Amino acid sequence: MRDAAPPPALHPVVPHADGPAHPAGVRAAARLRATHNGRATTVPLLHSDGPFHLRRLRPRGERARVCVLGAMSAPLGGDRLALDITAEARTRLEVTTAAATIALRGPTADPATYDVRLTAGEDASLRWLPQPLISTRGSTVHQTYRVELAGSSRLLLREEQLLGRTAEPPGRLSTRLTVRRDGRPILDQHTVYGAPTPAWDGPAVLGGHRATGQLLLVGPGLEAPPEPVLLGDPAGGHCVLVPLADGPALLATAVAPTPARLRRLLDEALARVPGAET
Amino acid sequence: MSRTALLILADGRFPAGGHAHSGGMEAAVASGGVHDTASLEAFCRGRLHTAGLTAAGLAAAAATGYDALALDDAADTRTPAPALRRVARRLGRQMMRAARATWPCAGLDHLARHRPQGPHQPVVLGVAARAAGLTALDAAHAAVYESVGGPATAAVRLLSLDPFEATAVLARLADDLDAVAAAASDAAGRVAVEGVTVLPAASAPLLDITGEQHAAWAVRLFAS
Repeated sequence: MRDAAPPPALHPVVPHADGPAHPAGVRAAARLRATHNGRATTVPLLHSDGPFHLRRLRPRGERARVCVLGAMSAPLGGDRLALDITAEARTRLEVTTAAATIALRGPTADPATYDVRLTAGEDASLRWLPQPLISTRGSTVHQTYRVELAGSSRLLLREEQLLGRTAEPPGRLSTRLTVRRDGRPILDQHTVYGAPTPAWDGPAVLGGHRATGQLLLVGPGLEAPPEPVLLGDPAGGHCVLVPLADGPALLATAVAPTPARLRRLLDEALARVPGAET
Repeated sequence: MSRTALLILADGRFPAGGHAHSGGMEAAVASGGVHDTASLEAFCRGRLHTAGLTAAGLAAAAATGYDALALDDAADTRTPAPALRRVARRLGRQMMRAARATWPCAGLDHLARHRPQGPHQPVVLGVAARAAGLTALDAAHAAVYESVGGPATAAVRLLSLDPFEATAVLARLADDLDAVAAAASDAAGRVAVEGVTVLPAASAPLLDITGEQHAAWAVRLFAS
């Protein structure tokens, strides 16, 4: 299946500084677009590609739901993957993944790129709630999230990373997250974990924890809790929920020994947001 | 450039208030994350390659003469933890006072006028470096050195570590410091054409988490 000729990318893939992908890598650009037909949210565009098989799920209330199923093992070294998700004006859309994304070394040690674009139009509500990304030994992934939000849109984004499977050192995982609201950057963040990144698991960065993740909420009407929310402890995993400088936006950041503990912390943080949509 | 100006700017005795801050070290010591020379070195190395790199990029960009107010906004988007934004602005205000007295210039006046609550410290550092006739690489060096020098000094006080050993840690980091300063300065050289997104945005989850926790402590030795 991985031998199939890669289809042409439907939109430009973000160039990376690492040079061209290895010819063995898969190049795939999946897209989905939700639109409001006057009565309800529909998903007229569902373009599966490469490892991304997109499937509509039964809507929940007025929210259309799409699940990304892994159609092949990805990302592997040299892959260039892109996922472009647009929630047009007034839509309600939730996108999930069916299983954890496992980054493997594959036939080459070349980096894989994984670019996720999330766009929400006026009065739209977009949730991106994938399962964790697992970085395994020998893999290298450069991940980007580019989030573009209209001023009246709402976003709930969860991102979880597991660095290595049990008793395994991770590969290298770099993630650049940029979020713009009304064209203005509100969050710009770059994390890099795994050797040869210096001191990535040391006491300033992850403190020996293998799981890390974030939850980002943006949107009008979002109220910050009166005090920063502090959860957990250094040994069992901990988390803070804080307002960004240019709101209304809240960010929970967590590190934990296990993905289950990480998820509990992020869920608990979400529950502490007054008036957050559930 | 004046090598002396760089020494003055990077000197821990420059009256910019840095001595009251541990750069996350007090929280790291309290949690047991830093307890000896080896863990001190790991902390400093991690901080250097994350918060240090980001600060150095902003400082270097400011030293090129790039719009300091845009860089101050870029610092906000790179600092999600409000406790760390407050610290950066408080330190920026203090450095502003010292820098305006030391190297008076229109750039510092302009920045002070538009950010009365205090600009982010690395931006002030960069504008001050420019006023002192220093290069972007000089500003980056001052920023990366400060990103590890403060925590190392704090660790000596918090753990009663041997100050010779703490200084040896800094010396062992010299190659890393040089490399991070060079990377920050390279990025700053592209900011005029490519905008602030080209600047490093390296972040460390634990620094954000413990920065907020530390700010909530009732009693603490250091302000951050």
